[in-house]
Amino acid sequence: MKRQIEYQQPFFCHLPKWMILLALLTLLVPSPVLAEYGDVVFNKRAEKSGMRPVIFPHWFHRIRFKCNVCHTELGFKMRAGANDIHMADIKDGKFCGACHNNQIAWGPGNCNLCHSGLTGLKSGIRGGNTTGGPGKW
Amino acid sequence: MKRCIIKQILAVCITLCAAQATFGAEPVSKANSYWLPLAKDELHDPADPALHLLQNPVKALSVLPRDGAGDQVNWVKALDNNYINPRINLRFNTQVEVLNLDILFPDTNEMDMVNFPHKQHTEWLICSNCHEEIFKYKAHATKFGMFEILNGEYCGRCHGAVAFPPTECSRCHNVPRTSTAAPAKAN
Repeated sequence: MKRQIEYQQPFFCHLPKWMILLALLTLLVPSPVLAEYGDVVFNKRAEKSGMRPVIFPHWFHRIRFKCNVCHTELGFKMRAGANDIHMADIKDGKFCGACHNNQIAWGPGNCNLCHSGLTGLKSGIRGGNTTGGPGKW
Repeated sequence: MKRCIIKQILAVCITLCAAQATFGAEPVSKANSYWLPLAKDELHDPADPALHLLQNPVKALSVLPRDGAGDQVNWVKALDNNYINPRINLRFNTQVEVLNLDILFPDTNEMDMVNFPHKQHTEWLICSNCHEEIFKYKAHATKFGMFEILNGEYCGRCHGAVAFPPTECSRCHNVPRTSTAAPAKAN
C-alpha cells in the first residue's frame, strides 16, 4: 500500500501578494557590504562632559599588540560596556593611559585624537554581529 | 498557476541574492572599497580637527592577507606569515605559550562537527582570557549553543566582533560526521 505523502505548502503561499512582492523587492536592493572593524564607541560620560565620544579602533591596536596585552595586563574586560573608565584613570597611567602617555603613544592632552566620534553615538562595539540575529551588539 | 509564477520569481530572487552574497564577498575590482575613510564611516566626526592625523584603515589593512568576511583581513594569516608582529606584553614578562591542542565538539545536531584549534587562539590570547571565566578548563564542561554565541557569549565574545563572524558556519563546523551519523533515507 502506498503511503500518503503529505505535502505542506510553503508558508509564503498563504501571504498576501503585496507582502510577497515587498519581500522580493527588498531582496533585490543591493545591500552594502559593511566593514567589520570592531570599533568601540565610548560615550558613557564623554558627551555629558562636553566632549565627542571616543572611538577605539581594534584593527589599529591589534596590528601592534596581541589581545592579551590590553585584555589581561591593562584590565580591559572582553565585553564592550563592561569597562568603567574615567579620564582620571587614563591620566594615572591605567587602561589607555598605559600607552597613551606621550611615551609609547600620544598623551591624554591630545583630546581630539581619541574624542573623535559623532555626537549622539551610543556606546558599544560596531561592525560586530553581521547576522542580524539576537545579538546584543 | 499563480503560485507557480510566484515561486519561480522567488527562486530567481534567491539565486540573485545568493550570487550577490557569494561573489559580492570578494570583488577584486572593489578591492579597497570595504575600508571607508574615517570621515565617512559614520562613526568619526568629519568636523573633528584632529581627524586627518589618524590613520585610515585602508592604508593599514589593504596590505594584509585578505579574508571574505568580517573586516576582510585574515588576522591569523597576517600573524603566521609575519605581516604583523604585535607585542605579547607591555610591562610584565608574559610568555607566549602556543598550545597545539584541538578540541572536537561532536554535539552539533545536523551541522558538521566543530574543531576548536587552540593554536590559532593562543597565538593571540593567553589562557586566562578564556579560562575559566568564559570556558572551563575541562573540555565539554561548559555547555553552550549557537543562540548564546549569536548573543555575543562564549565564542561570540570575539567571533562577530573582532574575529570572523558566526555567519561563516563552515569555518568552525568543519569536521564531517562519519557515515554512521548520516541522516536516514526517508522512504
